[in-house]
Amino acid sequence: MKKKRISTISLAGCFGCHMSLLDIDERILELVKLVEFDRSPVNDLKRFKARCDIGFIEGGCCNEENVHTLRKFRRNCDVLVAVGQCAVMGGLPVMRNAIMHSKDPLRECLETAYLNSPYVYNPTNDIPNDPALPLILDKVYTCAEVVKMDYQIPGCPPSGDILWQAINALLNGKPSDLPSEVIKFD
Amino acid sequence: MTKTRVIEIEPITRVEGHGKVTIHLDDHNNVREARLHVVEFRGFERFICGRPYWEVPVIVQRLCGICPVSHHLTASKAMDMIVGAKKLTPTAEKIRRLMHYGQIMQSHVLHFFHLSSPDLLFGFDSDPESRNVFGVIEKMPELAVQGVMMRKFGQEIIKATAGKKIHGTGAVPGGVNKNLSIAERDVFLRDIGQMKTWALGALDIAKKYTFDNLAAVQAFAVFNSSHLSLVREDGALDLYHGNLRALDAGGNLIFDQVDYRRFNEYLMEEVKPWSYMKFPFIKSRGHIDGWYRVGPLARMNTCGFIDTPEAGKALVEFKNLTRGAPNHMSLAYHWARMIETLHCVENIETLLNDPDLQGTDLMVKGERAGEGIGVIEAPRGTLFHHYKVDANDQVTFCNLIVSTTNNNEAMNRAVKQVAQDHISGKPKITEGMLNHVEVAVRAYDPCLSCATHAIGKMPLAIEMYDADGNLVDRNSQYI
Repeated sequence: MKKKRISTISLAGCFGCHMSLLDIDERILELVKLVEFDRSPVNDLKRFKARCDIGFIEGGCCNEENVHTLRKFRRNCDVLVAVGQCAVMGGLPVMRNAIMHSKDPLRECLETAYLNSPYVYNPTNDIPNDPALPLILDKVYTCAEVVKMDYQIPGCPPSGDILWQAINALLNGKPSDLPSEVIKFD
Repeated sequence: MTKTRVIEIEPITRVEGHGKVTIHLDDHNNVREARLHVVEFRGFERFICGRPYWEVPVIVQRLCGICPVSHHLTASKAMDMIVGAKKLTPTAEKIRRLMHYGQIMQSHVLHFFHLSSPDLLFGFDSDPESRNVFGVIEKMPELAVQGVMMRKFGQEIIKATAGKKIHGTGAVPGGVNKNLSIAERDVFLRDIGQMKTWALGALDIAKKYTFDNLAAVQAFAVFNSSHLSLVREDGALDLYHGNLRALDAGGNLIFDQVDYRRFNEYLMEEVKPWSYMKFPFIKSRGHIDGWYRVGPLARMNTCGFIDTPEAGKALVEFKNLTRGAPNHMSLAYHWARMIETLHCVENIETLLNDPDLQGTDLMVKGERAGEGIGVIEAPRGTLFHHYKVDANDQVTFCNLIVSTTNNNEAMNRAVKQVAQDHISGKPKITEGMLNHVEVAVRAYDPCLSCATHAIGKMPLAIEMYDADGNLVDRNSQYI
């Protein structure tokens, strides 16, 4: 059987889903027999080398770069899977979309971090503004709000066992029924 | 007016989190500037406000999936103050320590075997196609399996104490919510001997690498800096609790045995326009010279000794390399990291044999307070959490200095120095040269995930775009 080509990326996530993938532990030896990795944070391929069968997305979109990257993945992967709460529903970063009693949550996040803290040395009262920094989106978006997603794996993070089960199901083209107790935030 | 050419290394791979490096070249291909940028935004310090304090240890972990336990425990330490728990029960403190040592072990092993070893084993210039953990699996399967199994052991310790391998819930304000059963303990006792053997082997690899490549290690991203960490009252390495100590580049004390609840009197953070990550500094030395390093290398420099036998011996050897003066070599972080891994394994063994882990007295409470500060030595360095909580139990203030942020200036210096040494004036820039820059960043094992907690800076004229690229809002009131 020809190895399937897969790629992974973390957008606005915490890397916990990638860590959970490594929690398949010694099964990683089986995984490398089944798949070859295209671009992923765990190797040094920074751009796609070839078309991929499956792309795994961790995290939602909080800046323009996330959106560009996600669209590249959509164009370059036959199947796109949202892995974990942030990719599926926005997760913790989405808390900045609506802050209690706040009309302008994003501005308050900025002011708290940089201008109003008594512990910050910022004599010019400037906010970082380098062109190297990608523009932030007005709010955090889930992956499905930006591109069409084919599957989602819930959990924060989904456990290594669940990911292993899901990967095998995807490789064999058979959908997998997840037990209901894993379909929850925690 | 000379033109500058900018090279971007983006994304930095085999690190945790999202970052990029820009290298600015002049007409003669000389490096004028090189910077590490953290490029993400969370806003945690604001949106945690209004949440009940007991949620914080669970929520704050979601900053980082690599070292969630560090945030979990540091927030719990801060919340211990809020609930007036002056001293934890022996069972609670030891369960937390076990969780912490399991966490540092898995994090250090992940960094060494999964992320950095391909550079050290195959060379900085080796083929990028196989310069990764899969290449290690293919070429050195035995070593790769060791790394996988050591990380698994650490993760299983976390699961047994926190309930889950990632984002668990074991520590709570005032203590912990479960002990370790005999059955759980025995599984770990069965494997601990093997772990110690492997940890000693990993230490040998890191040490041998240092000595086999001594000239390169002594020339690669080496610069004088201050070093900071917690130490125990007797100066021993203590990763869970202690007082702050800082040394200058010559090894003289800047301050010592400072109660960490007073950290704001000693440290401050500077904002710079080109990174989302702030730049902490020691106040007494000013914002220009006050930067310092944290993490395994800093801890080897600051601590007087290590109280577990094998790691203790390893530290003596480590200090001998620089004749007792502070070690300033970025690549020595790897050796230091493996000394700590061994120290954690030795501590785990001692704890597993301690009957207090089966104790049933898990929680204490006292007089409620309005402010809580927690500090811990996380895998990547000193981690600071500071909260205020009102009478309704709601958080009203939060300030975090995450471990990697402390190393911001150091990483930028490492990037710039390596870029100047390996890229400046070269007519053709190769992938291998650029990987040298990433190797310098990787030595610090930066957790850029963590470092994104409070960032989110935009151009002075703030433009907000929706996901389709339409301008939805513009204001320039930040100028």
